[in-house]
Amino acid sequence: MRKKSLISIRDLDKRDIENYLKLAERYENHFTKEKIGKVLATLFFEPSTRTNLSFQTSAKRLGIDTLNWNVQFSSTQKGESFEDTVKIVSGYADILVIRHPLEGAARFASEVQDKPVINAGDGANQHPTQTLLDLYTIKKYKQKIENVNITLLGDLKYARAMKSLIYGLAMFGANITLVSPKGLEMDSYVIREVKEKFSANIIEQNVIDLSGTDVLYLCRIQKERFSDPYEAEKIQKEFRVNMDYLKKAKDDLIIMHPLPKVDEVPKEVDKLKNAIYFSQAKNGVPVRMAVISDLLGLGD
Amino acid sequence: MSITVEEIDNGIVIDHIPAGKGVLVMQLLDIDQNYKGMVALVMNVRSNKFGKKDIVKLQGKTMNQKIFDKIALVAPTATINIIKDFKVIEKRKVAIPQKLVDVSRCPNPKCITNFESVETIFLNLNDSFFRCYYCERVFEREELK
Repeated sequence: MRKKSLISIRDLDKRDIENYLKLAERYENHFTKEKIGKVLATLFFEPSTRTNLSFQTSAKRLGIDTLNWNVQFSSTQKGESFEDTVKIVSGYADILVIRHPLEGAARFASEVQDKPVINAGDGANQHPTQTLLDLYTIKKYKQKIENVNITLLGDLKYARAMKSLIYGLAMFGANITLVSPKGLEMDSYVIREVKEKFSANIIEQNVIDLSGTDVLYLCRIQKERFSDPYEAEKIQKEFRVNMDYLKKAKDDLIIMHPLPKVDEVPKEVDKLKNAIYFSQAKNGVPVRMAVISDLLGLGD
Repeated sequence: MSITVEEIDNGIVIDHIPAGKGVLVMQLLDIDQNYKGMVALVMNVRSNKFGKKDIVKLQGKTMNQKIFDKIALVAPTATINIIKDFKVIEKRKVAIPQKLVDVSRCPNPKCITNFESVETIFLNLNDSFFRCYYCERVFEREELK
């Protein structure tokens, strides 16, 4: 299945994803002690904790060295273009992991040099490895994705994790309910696309009702994409999950979140057995190992 | 009442432009006060097929694929007649290609193509909607220019 780069979930078909999930399962307890003579560079132009660290951990567990580039201490501060930075780093590394606030940045980076690129988030567009780890987590807990009732709740307009995820869920035949504050609804073209392509079963609503839900997938309001942070905070406070909503939910409901979480999840939810977002984040490691391994042809 | 416009020896005649879009077509072809050849724009003339249409006649103008694609976006019904020695040597109906290269800037202000030196690419989804190859947003035909 070897791919050149992983930029968008649209670049993958169902079989590719199934192969990645199977490979990730094999990597769950894999740890290579010997170095294999490869270098992975992480170029993060936006803050990150989980994605950056899990990529580095994944690389190390595969015996790959890492180069950690930091925008604050780089020539970007001197005015170097994104294209030049990518070209320079590709001369030092075998694979590039890029996060950038501009949409399409990773695709562009994959075309201006020869090394594989993994998109670790480009603006409000895509975050394909997040989707892979989300699908991996749902499958792990629910044994399947098809016909699972999943509610996507929160900022569905700017959260790239949601835009990538809806595509993956639709591809696997999940039943999707979208709940978002007014003005932060999922873009209509995304909904139209997955309905046309996968005959996806999608319901849009503005009230939180978790009674038939198997998976609740939350995300925070993307304050950094708002011109008025006060407005973002106000929406966030009005749109949070509370224990009353969860009392009406199924016993085996799982609560997922791409993290970081802010006010949308009260602290007491962390203690519930239903809250699995910390193990979800941990699943990023085997899944990203599978992607790196494929792009570098380690299994060939 | 009919309007007669002088014939041109060499150049192009763009017929069947949707009424009112003739000016836009001229803009796409960079026709302004500095253009040296003969230029005729006829607006809102009768058309059996469309009711009304615009026609643009340009002496000395040559075509390339990029111009063709640009005209297809704003005037999908247009027909382009290429004139040589007062004769129509080729007649082409415009068609929006599957891939539009460098014919429009991306309307998404956060698209990388608005910051780096790169040709835009739009994938034609169904002649009405187009996806930017880079930022993956979908736009209506009227949004591209």
